[in-house]
Amino acid sequence: MNAVQGKQKTLLIGLAGQPNVGKSTVFNLLTGLRQHVGNWPGKTVERREGTLVHEGVTLRVVDLPGTYSLTANSPEERIARDFILHQHPDVVIMIADAAALERNLYLLSELLLLPVPVVLGLNMMDVAQAQGIEIEPHVLAAALGIPVVPLVASRAQGVAQLVAEAVRLARSPAGFAPARPEIAEPHREVLASVRALLGSRVPLPYQADWIAMKLLEGDREVAALVREWLPDVSWRQIEAILAAHEDAVADIAAGRYEWIERMVRAAVKRPRLGQVGFTDRLDRYALHPLWGMLILLAAFALVFALTFRIAGPIQAWLDTAAVEPLRGRVEAMLVATPPWFSALVADGVLGGAGIVLTFLPVLAIFFTALALLEDTGYFARAAYVMDRLMHFLGLHGKSFLPLCIGFGCNVPAVMGARVIESRSGRLLTILLAPLVPCSARLMVLAFLAPAFFGDLAWLVAVAFVLGNLVLLAIIGIVLSHTLFRGERMAFIMELPLYHAPNAGSIARFVWFNLRAFLRKAGSLILLISVLIWALSYFPGTGLEESYLARFGRSLAPIGQLLGLDWRMLVALLASFVAKENAIAALGILYGSTAQTGLAQTLASQVPPASALSFIAATMLFIPCAATIAVMRQETGSWRWTLFGVGLLLVLALGAAALVYQGCRLLGFGVD
Amino acid sequence: MITLDRLPQGAIAAVRKLSGGKELKSRLSAMGLTEGAHLTVLQNRGNGPVLVKVRDTRIALGRGEAIKVLVEQVAA
Repeated sequence: MNAVQGKQKTLLIGLAGQPNVGKSTVFNLLTGLRQHVGNWPGKTVERREGTLVHEGVTLRVVDLPGTYSLTANSPEERIARDFILHQHPDVVIMIADAAALERNLYLLSELLLLPVPVVLGLNMMDVAQAQGIEIEPHVLAAALGIPVVPLVASRAQGVAQLVAEAVRLARSPAGFAPARPEIAEPHREVLASVRALLGSRVPLPYQADWIAMKLLEGDREVAALVREWLPDVSWRQIEAILAAHEDAVADIAAGRYEWIERMVRAAVKRPRLGQVGFTDRLDRYALHPLWGMLILLAAFALVFALTFRIAGPIQAWLDTAAVEPLRGRVEAMLVATPPWFSALVADGVLGGAGIVLTFLPVLAIFFTALALLEDTGYFARAAYVMDRLMHFLGLHGKSFLPLCIGFGCNVPAVMGARVIESRSGRLLTILLAPLVPCSARLMVLAFLAPAFFGDLAWLVAVAFVLGNLVLLAIIGIVLSHTLFRGERMAFIMELPLYHAPNAGSIARFVWFNLRAFLRKAGSLILLISVLIWALSYFPGTGLEESYLARFGRSLAPIGQLLGLDWRMLVALLASFVAKENAIAALGILYGSTAQTGLAQTLASQVPPASALSFIAATMLFIPCAATIAVMRQETGSWRWTLFGVGLLLVLALGAAALVYQGCRLLGFGVD
Repeated sequence: MITLDRLPQGAIAAVRKLSGGKELKSRLSAMGLTEGAHLTVLQNRGNGPVLVKVRDTRIALGRGEAIKVLVEQVAA
């Protein structure tokens, strides 16, 4: 209706900010559920975009990755600045933590060098106030020459004004004339000479001043660009200048902080003595080498207890109340169709869907617990406490988090390795992640151990879980001293303030992760389960004659070494789809009946040594299809993915053979 | 001047210089550890990471990184 004015277009807004400033809370408040989650093109960094309508104008809000600066040290930083340079947002909203204003404004000092208007949202005003820090937003706005809006995102305060300011600025960007930091005196001339060598060879959207600055800051990506733009002679001259001014990085940063201190001087009043707050008091225990470790163990024991106590019954209920009746009804409906078709639908499709469904309660509870630990700020403490131990594996504290997630499911564990900055650290973490026994394998263990070992089941179970972790440590040590030798990873991590978790953001985290699982892994599991079903059904003369059985029998020589008959080998192969398939396959192959449960059937037909061997193989067997898919996605390399898979295959077969042959030598439970 | 990893718990110090590669310098300074910045050592047990408070934020550094930060102690 207002098309005449020519101003009713869609506005593109970039939402920037450092990590831990409540940026995603602001994003959720802005866009509600009108969000789209994907990946940045060619990157494994999550991209979130949402829309909202403000006074008839549609705003497209893109949540940029949380970054401390805009120098290309990490994919996140590259994404944030490339978005601003190449997507030309109408305005950038930067969210800052008011309780750590100086450090947060460092990102602003970099944003203001780019050709885009910026609105500053000062979040966590309540936290700042509680610490005795008084901020006058309008004074800060006057000093910086940009709109400044105070926010308490956790209570949804200030967001409407933030949007209004952003839209106002986006519509009249011409008047945007902020204060900008200037390079420190000692390097002004150097900057000018680099700038002169660049001449007019810097193409849009880049600006020569910014390019010169980034060259001095040692930005490798910018250096690569400039090398393409310039003739060799000029580039070599620039290289010589840069080599003579190695110290410029630190000076430029220091200059920006001096500028920030000047900007905030009039606007911020702070208490003379920093009092010891809640966070520091709690950290005395949470970060203590002994107490910290105990708290960590307790936290995770609680998470697992909750996961299995709650998820187990829900799973069983889903199975009896939803999957089985549905299957019965479908079979009844399909009586008139050829037998293979009704079997395909009932066993192949619904069976596969049943597996996907059983994953959901476990994942939902696990993701909730995880989001809670993350949202309260505890997760960074866990990484800190574990840093010491992780160093032995050639990793540092940050790798602990993804590995720990692996107990729930290896898929998010592999994806979680994104938090590690260096590629070698990420790779090593991804390779080690499948050694963490996931909940599905723990379920198999929880089923088989009692079936064979009665009262000693818990001992066997604990031994196998520890066995996996010891192997993980050994492989980590070996790999970090061979393939990854000399790769040392920097451990620099912010420990955010503790704060009360936000139910909304936790619910969203769980929902988006479950949805991603259903979409990616769900369809793959379904597909492969239909495939395995087909192999076990055709040529149609019973399971014993099926292609799967034939394949299993062809592996008999290996099976002999491991003490596994063809049925167990087939069950092992079936676990490739999803680990809990191992039980389902055993059920079919050993023909359990309602009178004698599978546990009893197995105990009477399988010698204990073979059972031990089977458990060992299952615990270490190649990752499930979904995990392999994300390993490929995250490493971007089939070679590393196959290396990881091959490694596990060797470990699984080796461990099973060792267990079985060991038992044989000791004369234990062979028949 | 000493390296950050040698500061005792509770010490207050001023950052004097960063050593190490450009990338490390760039990351450290973005997180607030620039020349002249004051920091308080919240935890340093002689092994394991060092925790400092700088510019109102808590930053954990591995020992390998703490060695790259040269500081001058200004108070206990």
